[in-house]
Amino acid sequence: MLRFLARRLLGALVITVLISAITFFLFFALPAEPALMSCGKNCTPDAVALINKNLGLDQPVPVQYWHYMAGIVAGRDFTVGHCPAPCFGYSFSNQQPVWGTIVDRFPTTLSIALGGAAVFLVVGTGLGLLAAAFRGTWIDKLFSSLSLVGNALQIYFVGVVALAVLVSGLHWMDNPAYHPITEDPVKWFTGMLIPWLVLSIIFIANYSRMTRSLMIEQLAEDHVRTARAKGMGRRTVFFRYAFRGALAPVVTLFGIDLGSLFGGAIITEFTFSLHGLGRLAVSSVSETDLPTLMGVMLVGCTAIVVANIVVDATYALIDPRVRLA
Amino acid sequence: MTTVEQAALTGRSPGELTWRRFRRDRAGVASAVVVAFFFLVALAAPLISAVYGKDPTTTYGLDEPGLLNTYGYPVAPNGGISGRFWFGIEPTLGRDVLTQLVHGIRTSLLIATAATVLCVLTGVAIGVTAGYAGGRTDYLLGRFIDLLLAFPSQLSFIAFTPVVYALFVTPGKETPTYLRVVTLILVLWVLGWMGLARLLRGQVLSLREREFVEAAKVTGASPWRIITRELLPNLWTPILVQATLMLPSMVTIEAGLSFIGVGILEPTPDWGRMFANGAHYYESDITYIFFPGVAMIVFVVAFNLLGDSVRDAFDPRTTR
Repeated sequence: MLRFLARRLLGALVITVLISAITFFLFFALPAEPALMSCGKNCTPDAVALINKNLGLDQPVPVQYWHYMAGIVAGRDFTVGHCPAPCFGYSFSNQQPVWGTIVDRFPTTLSIALGGAAVFLVVGTGLGLLAAAFRGTWIDKLFSSLSLVGNALQIYFVGVVALAVLVSGLHWMDNPAYHPITEDPVKWFTGMLIPWLVLSIIFIANYSRMTRSLMIEQLAEDHVRTARAKGMGRRTVFFRYAFRGALAPVVTLFGIDLGSLFGGAIITEFTFSLHGLGRLAVSSVSETDLPTLMGVMLVGCTAIVVANIVVDATYALIDPRVRLA
Repeated sequence: MTTVEQAALTGRSPGELTWRRFRRDRAGVASAVVVAFFFLVALAAPLISAVYGKDPTTTYGLDEPGLLNTYGYPVAPNGGISGRFWFGIEPTLGRDVLTQLVHGIRTSLLIATAATVLCVLTGVAIGVTAGYAGGRTDYLLGRFIDLLLAFPSQLSFIAFTPVVYALFVTPGKETPTYLRVVTLILVLWVLGWMGLARLLRGQVLSLREREFVEAAKVTGASPWRIITRELLPNLWTPILVQATLMLPSMVTIEAGLSFIGVGILEPTPDWGRMFANGAHYYESDITYIFFPGVAMIVFVVAFNLLGDSVRDAFDPRTTR
């Protein structure tokens, strides 16, 4: 297990470094004059030169990249002052440290991702199990037609309709907003409920279809038939034997989906005006705030890479046939 | 032997059999008709506007008093639907919703189709190369695919669009619409082909060990001939199925990008941007977002059903 983790961590590090290098190069080497983006509309050549000097943009890109990565590990000194580790540089648009903004925004994204993921995992696999248990009956047929429509729903449509119906139409709920769970758990829950439900809708269809077909496959396996033949209860066989076998691929998909949500549930955040990482990425795109964008990209990519490792480790716990090498 | 029996025993090519199976699948034919309808609408958008007598950019509500109230919302009920404006008019600007939607579908489908074609071509080229060449080539291409898959896709779509814009246009200047379209296609393409490539690589790996490929090799066929004549005909099914699944997802991604404001901008009509506008108006006029929303659901459902039917037609053994 330790050797496996060490190897995977090393691989993950290589991938992260490569992605950061590519992204950095794309952001800071391709545009003719990155400083122009920081400088605004009325920009003099002197101002550009000053920005270049202050941000170290006058150096070759590989050197800049080295300073950037070193800054994340050990902090960095700019002419404007010291930037403590982890230093992701200063935003082009508000001159604040990027890391501070990311730390500020992350709890919102985390809340959306965890809550939404819990809903779609439980409801999605639950519906899939029901459909498999009642295979061929009206329940199964109803669910499969629903999942066809569910698969076609988009957050930017369902979200707006949900707001129109639940908030401005029936006044059942307030507009979604983020309240820290440490301050007011009830407000946190009610404020996040609509985003969770809407976010999970687009995933539920996928999870229920996958669980259903995996369960049907598993229920036809020899060991399941044997267990039934020796007199084990239908329920025990269904959950202890078949479900366990079907779980591994579901966990894989779940880990990857959750990992990419941590990088920002962009469309959900945008639809409900929640200020998470995704929203931060979008606003830094419209302000061409490259350092902030770079920081969010790195966080998102790290989340995906870490999620992949966790998935592989969990896989081995669920399925004893998988050997970690 | 009677003539009737002769007729019954005519040989049919696999293609003909596939076509027959597809035609018998009623859901498949219906969804194909719906999909064809959307493409027809996209192609004939200027014609539809001409016949209908309106265009997507004229601000009818501002030009003519009596269509919008003082708050900028349509006076007529249900978003201003009338005999003249079939799908109503847009709040604030008072543009015609039907022509906006039709032209928006045209923009979105153009981008999605171009990106899908490019992704399929790249996926086929790289997947088949990796699978057939094997060894070091396969390893390197595999790692390259892994690397691209590790990019957070939604975030990358958003982050890389301005970079590509900056590549063509100096910051501060307007980006022309055609460049925005090209950029979106480029971004969707670069991060969209890996799934298909990986799938095809696996298929080629198992196909190239089969007897008919061995036989072709023994007779001295060139690798190019083996790939085009022996391998590709066996790969049409996954390619077509993946392409029919890819296109609607490209449409929804492109719409998402326009929704959050990094895709196509005003005044070019765009399917996704209608959702962004609708999200501003929903409290007073929900009708506006209804038409693009329902159209998109119908489109995606029809495309997914078509994908299932295509798979069934090509491979009658699959069961759903």
